Amino acid sequence: MSETVRRKGKVGYLLLAPAALWLVLFFVIPFYSLVATSLFDQGGSDFRGYQMTYAFGNYVDVVQEYAGPFGRSLLYGAIATAFCLVLGYVLAYAIAFKAGRWKNLMLVLVIAPFFTSFLVRTLSWKLILADDGFIVNTLQTLQVLGDDGRLLATPIAVVAGLTYNFLPFMVLPLYASIDKIDHRLIEASSDLYANPFVGFFKVTWPLSLPGVVSGTLLTFIPAVGDYINAQFLGSTNERVIGNVIQAQFTDANNYPVASALSVLLMVLILAMVLVYVRRAGTEDLL
Amino acid sequence: MPPDELARRSTLSRRGALKGGGAVAFAGVSLAALKLPFFSVDGAAQNPMTCRAADVSAREREFVISNWTGYIDPRKQPTSTMAEFQAKTGITVDYNVDVNDNAEFYAKVKNQLGSCDPIDRDMIVLTDWMAARMIGLGWIQPMDKAAVPNLHANIIDSLRDKQWDPDLEYHAPWQSGLTGIAYNAAEVGEVGSFEELISRSDLNGKITLLSEMRDTMGFMLKVVGADPTDFTEDQWQNALDRLKKAIADGQLRSFAGNNYLQELSGGNVLACEAWSGDVIQAQFENPDIKFVVPEEGLSLWSDNMMIPNQATHQANAQQWIDYYYDPVVAAKLAAWVNYICPVAGAREEMEKLDPSLVDNPLIFPDDDFLANTFDFMPLDDRQNAQYEKEWADVTAG
Repeated sequence: MSETVRRKGKVGYLLLAPAALWLVLFFVIPFYSLVATSLFDQGGSDFRGYQMTYAFGNYVDVVQEYAGPFGRSLLYGAIATAFCLVLGYVLAYAIAFKAGRWKNLMLVLVIAPFFTSFLVRTLSWKLILADDGFIVNTLQTLQVLGDDGRLLATPIAVVAGLTYNFLPFMVLPLYASIDKIDHRLIEASSDLYANPFVGFFKVTWPLSLPGVVSGTLLTFIPAVGDYINAQFLGSTNERVIGNVIQAQFTDANNYPVASALSVLLMVLILAMVLVYVRRAGTEDLL
Repeated sequence: MPPDELARRSTLSRRGALKGGGAVAFAGVSLAALKLPFFSVDGAAQNPMTCRAADVSAREREFVISNWTGYIDPRKQPTSTMAEFQAKTGITVDYNVDVNDNAEFYAKVKNQLGSCDPIDRDMIVLTDWMAARMIGLGWIQPMDKAAVPNLHANIIDSLRDKQWDPDLEYHAPWQSGLTGIAYNAAEVGEVGSFEELISRSDLNGKITLLSEMRDTMGFMLKVVGADPTDFTEDQWQNALDRLKKAIADGQLRSFAGNNYLQELSGGNVLACEAWSGDVIQAQFENPDIKFVVPEEGLSLWSDNMMIPNQATHQANAQQWIDYYYDPVVAAKLAAWVNYICPVAGAREEMEKLDPSLVDNPLIFPDDDFLANTFDFMPLDDRQNAQYEKEWADVTAG
């Protein structure tokens, strides 16, 4: 028996090797360099070079200085994830249970936006939400928006853009979970006099939780880090942490601050994910 | 899986993780005793006299240039300035439009030029302040004065005597332009000053400013009564506070890099800080877009041709510079790109090409027009780092 275990182990390592090598090259080494850079002396520059001074104070600085954009990133990401969950759940449920022969077509339609680039799709929202555009004019006529009201360059546009862009990441895992649910369980619940609402919350929802957990993670993590939506759909007052990192890296050439921000964002997201997964019950939901 | 086995597995994996963590920590500590990779970054300054490659121009009749988009007449036409250059000299030009943004291009080539490696280009075209920085870092090759006689003879006076390269040893302006205000005359009355742009209530939420620090802060310094050519730390803070106030008031829609004119044509933006040549090109499609020289003054800038260290076709590159400083060629180029032509004598040639452009002060400004120009003060390394950081905090924070 020990023989087979060992052989299994070897095969396992062999199978792990390509991905592990890839990650060492393109994640571990850059991440190490990022952490090192975040501890450089802020007084350095390209001209003079940077010295490692173990400047942990960099982290204190960035927390104090950039709490606003950090908060905005988390807030926009959380709201967009919530919208995605509501929209995505209804859609996934409909595709899995009600679409019948249209199922495959509808799944293709969910993925279809990926055929064009993320950037182009976000930019086209600028046309849709333009100040003189159809939507804004209609809302103005209906008095939902004031005469000078606008959608573009507001937090609403940023959250809407995030919701749109990350919706497929929510729908697909949800669909995978809901589609697997055994219909006989739902029938059984109604046989036992559960009305459809009770049946949904006692049977369908708990069984779809793995999809909910992975869907929210797949949506929330990139949505928090995304800055394209804030860049193009927000105004100067809606900048998120990604904008700050980008500006500090490329415009200000302030590598220690930019690196400290990146590491902090990563740690923050990781911590939130761990708490969330714990809270959601079990790791084996994933 | 029975529960006890599950428990055993999980303790095993936990022990494994501890072991792994310990190994990593040990490796970390023992490496720290040595000199760790990535644990310091050397200064990027180089000496162009030692960091240079042999010139193979005589053998390889070719040359690689990186320029901004929309900055040359259509290259594929047989009568284009570039086609005629190739025909005349036998030099094959590899023309790339891969400069979108000074800071971005800097980030792209920094590692190579900072460690004296080639960037596989013989010429790059960057704006004054970035040109000054690169020359200061020693990344740019000096030119042979005798190889570019047209440059020294024909460059217009207002572009001579730059503090950062007074003798045109390292740079040659490709095109120049003005930073000013563009507005949509169909939607809004004339916006005559920067002060109006950042405070008029009918423009609230309908303006953009340029994301280049020197463009925007030059005008902001003027707005608070300081001189961009020579200002103090306090004046800088004043100007920055004035800008923060405009942002807090919701006056700005965004800071824009390259696509600001689409917003202006599209109606989302009514007025914006703009570069002259872009506006002239946009006017062909939308005559309602107007360019104003703000009351605060004129900000004149150039994008400059430079030969980076380790370029291997230096002589070919200098031939290119000399060719474009021929007034006939310069006029032909100016007729297409509509920026300020840096070549004296091109105006006379333009009479023959397109008389309608001759009196356009945004292409051929006269001395009176240029009397009102201001420059942005050259910053030392520390000032630059501080101001760029504070600027980035305002534009993206």
